[in-house]
Amino acid sequence: MQLAKVIGTVVATQKYEGLEGIKFLIVQPLTKHQQPKGEPVVAADATAQAGPGTLVFIVGSREAAQALPNTFVPVDHAIVGIVDDVDTGN
Amino acid sequence: MYIGQVSGTVVATIKHEAFHGRKLLIVDQLDLAGEPNGVYDICVDVVQAGVGDRVLVMDEGNGARQILQQAVAPIRAVIVGIVDEVSV
Repeated sequence: MQLAKVIGTVVATQKYEGLEGIKFLIVQPLTKHQQPKGEPVVAADATAQAGPGTLVFIVGSREAAQALPNTFVPVDHAIVGIVDDVDTGN
Repeated sequence: MYIGQVSGTVVATIKHEAFHGRKLLIVDQLDLAGEPNGVYDICVDVVQAGVGDRVLVMDEGNGARQILQQAVAPIRAVIVGIVDEVSV
């Protein structure tokens, strides 16, 4: 799981069955010091409470789909938590 | 599995229910020389690891579900051991 920052939203009316009602957000993966790392990705929001500017943690691969109510969906990144605090000692 | 070093903690109140009650630690992946290689993971800790510990991390979903005894869980990286010694 990695840290990421929500930087935008995506609206898609036509999408795969099973994804109705799922919120999609654009997230920028971060280093542990909260610096941008790599390209932004679209992630399904399993917390349903994240929004632009929120610091979150994301999971990728098959476990991303496991975060959603219907686990048999074509999702490869999901927001699984909203970060309150990151302590890296410096 | 890879060897890593615990370098921080993550606190999140609002999170998927599979994470409730679980401790989250930031682990830096180490190369065989013991130096961080730039990759990190937020890991679920099941062995009472702490910041500064050298640990063994398993980053695989099926294994994570087995360890956490959950049939469905959006969790991949789990700290499965505290390393005593590495000999290369």
